[in-house]
Amino acid sequence: MSGISLRAKRIVKNRAFLALCLLSTSATILILALLIASIMAQGSHFLFNSDALGAVFAHGELSQLTKIIRWDFLTNFASRFPEKAGIYAAVIGSMWVCAICALLALPLGIGTAIYLEEFAPKNRWTALIDFNIRNLAGVPSIVYGILGLTAFTRMFGLFGSDKNSALSFGPDNAWWHIQFPFGQGLLAGGLTLMLVVLPIVIISSREALRAVPSSLRQASLAIGATQWQTASKITLPAAIPSILTGAILAMSRAMGEAAPLLVLGIPVFIANTPDNLNDNFTVLPFQIFNWAGRPQESFHQLAASAIVVLLIVLICFNGVAVYLRQKLRKPLA
Amino acid sequence: MNITASLALALFALPIALAASMQTSDADLSKLTGQIKVDGSSTVYPITEAVAEDFQAQAPRTRPTVGISGTGGGFKRFCSGETDISNASRPITKTELEMAKSNKIEFVEIPIAFDGIAVVVNPTNTWVTQLNVEQLKKIFTADSPAKKWSDLNPSWPGDTIKVFSPGTDSGTFDYFKEVTVSTSGKIRSDLSVSEDDNVLVTGVAGDKNAIGYFGFAYYIENASKLKLIPIDGGKGAIAPSDKTIMDGTYSPLSRPLFIYVNAKSAARPEVAAFVDYFVLNTAALSKEVGYTALPALIQERVAANWKAKKIGTQYLDASGNKVQGSIATVYK
Repeated sequence: MSGISLRAKRIVKNRAFLALCLLSTSATILILALLIASIMAQGSHFLFNSDALGAVFAHGELSQLTKIIRWDFLTNFASRFPEKAGIYAAVIGSMWVCAICALLALPLGIGTAIYLEEFAPKNRWTALIDFNIRNLAGVPSIVYGILGLTAFTRMFGLFGSDKNSALSFGPDNAWWHIQFPFGQGLLAGGLTLMLVVLPIVIISSREALRAVPSSLRQASLAIGATQWQTASKITLPAAIPSILTGAILAMSRAMGEAAPLLVLGIPVFIANTPDNLNDNFTVLPFQIFNWAGRPQESFHQLAASAIVVLLIVLICFNGVAVYLRQKLRKPLA
Repeated sequence: MNITASLALALFALPIALAASMQTSDADLSKLTGQIKVDGSSTVYPITEAVAEDFQAQAPRTRPTVGISGTGGGFKRFCSGETDISNASRPITKTELEMAKSNKIEFVEIPIAFDGIAVVVNPTNTWVTQLNVEQLKKIFTADSPAKKWSDLNPSWPGDTIKVFSPGTDSGTFDYFKEVTVSTSGKIRSDLSVSEDDNVLVTGVAGDKNAIGYFGFAYYIENASKLKLIPIDGGKGAIAPSDKTIMDGTYSPLSRPLFIYVNAKSAARPEVAAFVDYFVLNTAALSKEVGYTALPALIQERVAANWKAKKIGTQYLDASGNKVQGSIATVYK
């Protein structure tokens, strides 16, 4: 008798817990859906052509299909007329800066992780380094902006100012032109974002390497492989899917940063795309920040449209991460 | 040829010569190349963005860039020679001028438009119909005697006043503080602050006992959600409008906006052409983006100043003291 009631109690508890979990999950999804829906509603005016939408869906005119999206918004530069304004400079700038950031941060970060996880002795020094990296991951990005301003934008004043540089190579408009200090150029932006994401890349790569069963390492070392052979042939291939996932998530973080670049003093209005690594640029989050703060409602709509574009780019990033994880995952046995 | 004929000829030729000297011709503009770096106030940004957009359409090989580091942040870069032009929502200060001097930076100061500061309350607030500067001071000062509406006027309700203000980094805050509380005084700390004026609009629109201030353009866009308060600066209560801001009767809460041009940069043809274009079109463009144009007389004086490349600021006297007064008295 008491056995049955105990069992009923346990089942009730189980059901209650399940309901709680479902509730919190659906609340999260609901909040996200509301956010996306409200931004889509606000941003749709500058993203979609309502005439073409009507033609396709109400009258089935498929010839209008390509006109549904207002490509102008993607290919125009910023403007004081909301109808003419676009995010071309910001999209190109974001892509450049993220590419530079990835090229620098990923080799450095993954290399550091391999050293710390596979080669470094476990002593007080490595513990200190580990502790510091974990702390750096929690530092607000604006602090890295201040560091980037002195180290990259101004280079401690060692080479004169950006406008009056003491050390530069190539004519101003050549694609290989480079000058020190970096000023508000792409290199300054990319390097600053590298600082922001480097701790994240290191930590996620270390976690990935740590997840590889140590029996694999021991087996490899036991048959006489060197540490390098073990790391490059055994550990790294097993960890690469998770490392890539972490790297791509770090890149989405870089894509969304505005604060450190604000400190560097990068412009909002620019009606050119960069010619070289020293050229000025602007990024999507910065353009969004500016539009959202304007008095006119149309600019708030533009900001929402740009947010939708940013979200789509981030979703693509995450999609690639999921794909790579599935594709590269190999059974360890 | 008699005197009248030559006089007539001179009168006819004068405006053409003037116009020609004001603006480089279109053919010249298309040949110009080079960067024009502008940074500074985000309040001035929409005007400079408009100028840069139109200028680049005519001079496609130039590269104007406009940043929003704020008036103070912009001056920091300008006074160390990093930028060609600085946007400012207040005149340059003594410390900033000294920094420019120590870096051997000379500049031309150019007022470009007016911005009114609107004082607003919630539309359900029926008791406040106007305020004078003394009352504003009572509301906003740090050791404020006015915590409740009834502290200002015994016939008003005894509810606590909720104060909304732009952030301390903004030129709007600086200017408002100077007018109401004085430069040396302190503004109260128990207020809701946001760098985004749209947040202030929402705040005041959502609280019956709220009062706030921000750029006039933000009131215009949200007029239905807010109640505009006429301000009595000593000559009767005046509500801000394009007309009262321009003719100076909405005083003291309207302020001029500026650009500062590095004199060395101004020697470069692309920067000179950009500023020429700015001075010529600022009246129309500032109106288009929500600000008030300077009176025609001031516009002329400013254009003459720029043409003569008059170095320095009109807002600090020889010993570095602040020159007080409206723009008409400062720009004689």
